[in-house]
Amino acid sequence: MTLFNKKERTGRVAMPEQPAKVRRHNFDEVALGYTAAEAIAEASRCIQCRVPRCVEGCPVNVNIPKFIKFIAEGNPEGAAEKLFETNMLPAICGRVCPQETQCEELCILGKKGEPIAIGRLERYAADEARAVGNRSCKIGDGTEIEEGVPGAGCISAPTGKTAAVIGAGPAGLTAAADLAKAGHKVTIFESLHLPGGVLTYGIPGFRLPKSIVKAEIDDVLALGVELKTDYVIGRIKTLDEIAREYDAVFLGTGAGLPNFMGIEGENLNGVYSANEFLTRVNLMKAYEADADTMIRKGKNVVVVGGGNVAMDAARSALRLGAENVTIVYRRSDAELPARREEIEHAKHEGIEFCLLANPTRIIGDYGDGTPQGRKFDVKAVECIRMDLSEPDESGRKSPKPVPGSEFMIDADVVIIAIGTAPNPLIYIGATGIEKTKRGTIIVDDDLRSTKENIFAGGDVVTGAATVISAMGAGKKAAAEMDKYLMRK
Amino acid sequence: MPFEILEKEEMASGVWKMVIDAPDVAAAAKAGQFVIVRAYDDSERIPLTIADIDRERGTIMMSVQALGKGTKQITKMEVGESLQDFVGPLGTPADVKKIGSVILVGGGVGIAPIYPQIKAYKDAGNRVITIIGARNKDLLMMEKEFEAASDEHYVTTDDGSKGRHGFVTEVVKDLLDKQNAGEYKGERIGRVVVIGPPILMKVATDMMKDYPDVEIVVSINSMMVDGTGMCGGCRVIVGGEVKFACVDGPEFDGRLVDFDTVMNRLMIYKKDELAASQKYDDDCAGGICSKI
Ligand SMILES: Cc1cc2nc3c(=O)[nH]c(=O)nc-3n(C[C@H](O)[C@H](O)[C@H](O)COP(=O)(O)OP(=O)(O)OC[C@H]3O[C@@H](n4cnc5c(N)ncnc54)[C@H](O)[C@@H]3O)c2cc1C
Ligand SMILES: Cc1cc2nc3c(=O)[nH]c(=O)nc-3n(C[C@H](O)[C@H](O)[C@H](O)COP(=O)(O)OP(=O)(O)OC[C@H]3O[C@@H](n4cnc5c(N)ncnc54)[C@H](O)[C@@H]3O)c2cc1C
Ligand code: SF4
Ligand code: SF4
Ligand code: FES
Ligand SMILES: [Mg+2]
Repeated sequence: MTLFNKKERTGRVAMPEQPAKVRRHNFDEVALGYTAAEAIAEASRCIQCRVPRCVEGCPVNVNIPKFIKFIAEGNPEGAAEKLFETNMLPAICGRVCPQETQCEELCILGKKGEPIAIGRLERYAADEARAVGNRSCKIGDGTEIEEGVPGAGCISAPTGKTAAVIGAGPAGLTAAADLAKAGHKVTIFESLHLPGGVLTYGIPGFRLPKSIVKAEIDDVLALGVELKTDYVIGRIKTLDEIAREYDAVFLGTGAGLPNFMGIEGENLNGVYSANEFLTRVNLMKAYEADADTMIRKGKNVVVVGGGNVAMDAARSALRLGAENVTIVYRRSDAELPARREEIEHAKHEGIEFCLLANPTRIIGDYGDGTPQGRKFDVKAVECIRMDLSEPDESGRKSPKPVPGSEFMIDADVVIIAIGTAPNPLIYIGATGIEKTKRGTIIVDDDLRSTKENIFAGGDVVTGAATVISAMGAGKKAAAEMDKYLMRK
Repeated sequence: MPFEILEKEEMASGVWKMVIDAPDVAAAAKAGQFVIVRAYDDSERIPLTIADIDRERGTIMMSVQALGKGTKQITKMEVGESLQDFVGPLGTPADVKKIGSVILVGGGVGIAPIYPQIKAYKDAGNRVITIIGARNKDLLMMEKEFEAASDEHYVTTDDGSKGRHGFVTEVVKDLLDKQNAGEYKGERIGRVVVIGPPILMKVATDMMKDYPDVEIVVSINSMMVDGTGMCGGCRVIVGGEVKFACVDGPEFDGRLVDFDTVMNRLMIYKKDELAASQKYDDDCAGGICSKI
């Protein structure tokens, strides 16, 4: 174990990355992960607080000091076992959690220097354990799975109760894992042909490789969870039917309905929602040379919005071969809602930021020159400059257009990434379940909906949020559902 | 195996009837809905209208026109093989109710998809008139089934090789003119439903200007990915508002649909699609087409 003096403790071990010039042309992972030596060095900085503040910042309460201690001792598998006790998706969380506003924000070392790189260490432990095939954990008593096999030691004796989980995103997967560990018989219903939700169709492989998503989902399924893909609740069966057939139901259908701006030209060919663009790229592999699913690989791409989704769309477009990719965002740099790290990555790769601007219309190329011509392709985006006024009641500065400041940006592909809302399909034929005006499901403190045996969590309750908050909700709901099922 | 192909038959030149084992889908499916199919693991998601539902047997029938790579992969599969994915029923069921008399029009590949609506409209107490048409007799299909199921039945071909020489829309016009002249004997024709190529639905809708008190319903087959409202790729302008064809449709009031946008959006990948289809044919000629 390396010992640090006070000075060395302040700085964290850097994460090796693919150089920006190289990575902007491929879909391989940007961050390369710690070596054993780097991980041990970083882990050794942790002072093993007796009252670890970091854990309070983690929605699934990962035992952070314990797993880090294992790493510092050169035992990443032991670290992974610790992680699996509370988190079945550590390699995913280690990569995409906004750690800087979660666990790491509260790390005591952040007061004087840099906090421990908890996410990077989590990723390291999970990747190492996966490489040697050890995915066991040490809770439960009614093990049905052989030692050394994913999930071994995790499962309690069967309870004879059944639970349905709707949606195989991070919320649903986490709820399913915890319900299975508690000994209930779990079935997940997923409308797409692959599980994972946004992890699979939204977040690109250069941030979250699909092989890792698959491996960690397989671990959840190895707990004895049944997965039914191609199964759209609201169409094939109603929520009411599911609620009758199962003892309890968890609703984790996310917020996948794309918003559009409602401006002129939005239906021209070449205008995509970020969901469509990213789904074509990630789920349908449109980036591969002869993929069956098509995508327009633009030369000049404009992405509207400033969140993680906008960054992912812009960086994907660049990797598909675009020469110019411009992010148009109506506020200033300081208000960009995306993670800082992602914004920096995007900038290094050459994405342009057109800040304090907002599209007013999308201009079409009418082929033969007449609006009656049938070749309605995108040609340019007209934008207007925005001014940030004094903060409104919510404390956010509200952007106002500057009259007469319109300007054009050339574009053959436009991607709209201005947010999503819960998909209303689930409500078809459903009774007794109440939602807000925004379409999110109303739940109480125990994540119980207005209907007797239905619980809900993740983006479908909060609106678009984060992987780890969805997982936290899945975990909490599973605990409440367990109590409910054992009383029933 | 789930989604096994139980029957397969060429119904018309290049159009295949396929019957799939899918009990859960069959139990829920209604006329006017569709499924999304993937032949293999890396295949595109292909939307196809449900052409017949057998709840007892637990099967769904579709008619698939082998057009490009995706539909060729599907129609090349044999009885006994299983589709990789089969999702459905998707879309809002047809708004079937008692109207009086209803004209159901199927043009080309639209013939099979309109078939389940005959029974649905009849069950709702309507008199059902069907008109099916195609470019020539080799592209016609299901004539016997339509004949048997309908109260009145007409056939047209563009080249006159079978039935009336002309377009399906001409028969609609004759029937509605007859009604206006007080010469139509059946209950009042209150609705026309057209399924077929977008240009046919546009022409039919234009023609309906002369019959403002008769409804016109069309089925919008926009380019789809998920079929659940998640991508917005299928958006279509209806009555000035953006709708998602996969969730709000596929059936809409024809008079409200912006057909130019629909047709334009279907063209977006034309060049690449032709190349992919050509490459697939070339590979097939070399004998390695089934799984690619
Ligand atoms: C491009 C992009 C990048 C992001 N980047 C990050 C990031 O870096 N870090 C981070 O923390 N968060 C990020 N997020 C947000 C994060 O992914 C979401 O907050 C999280 O996935 C929500 O999880 P969920 O389980 O609630 O829903 P989802 O992940 O949306 O999963 C819902 C699942 O339910 C299924 N479903 C929906 N309706 C039905 C139905 N009727 N029947 C059956 N199944 C249904 C869907 O197909 C889907 O698989 C990003 C989001 C996007 C879109
Ligand atoms: C709701 C709906 C119901 C349909 N029902 C039937 C049916 O019953 N029988 C039938 O033969 N066809 C049906 N279609 C059309 C069928 O989906 C397309 O012909 C098929 O997707 C073409 O794919 P391809 O790869 O074989 O051909 P491609 O060469 O890739 O495409 C040929 C043309 O088909 C259209 N198309 C391509 N991809 C899609 C897509 N993902 N979604 C929709 N259209 C696309 C485009 O106009 C394209 O130019 C339906 C489409 C929709 C949306
Ligand atoms: S799961 Fe996320 S929030 Fe929790 S410790 Fe890991 S990185 Fe931090
Ligand atoms: S707060 Fe920081 S130093 Fe303390 S245990 Fe957590 S990670 Fe280690
Ligand atoms: S096909 Fe994606 S929203 Fe309709
Ligand atoms: Mg195709």
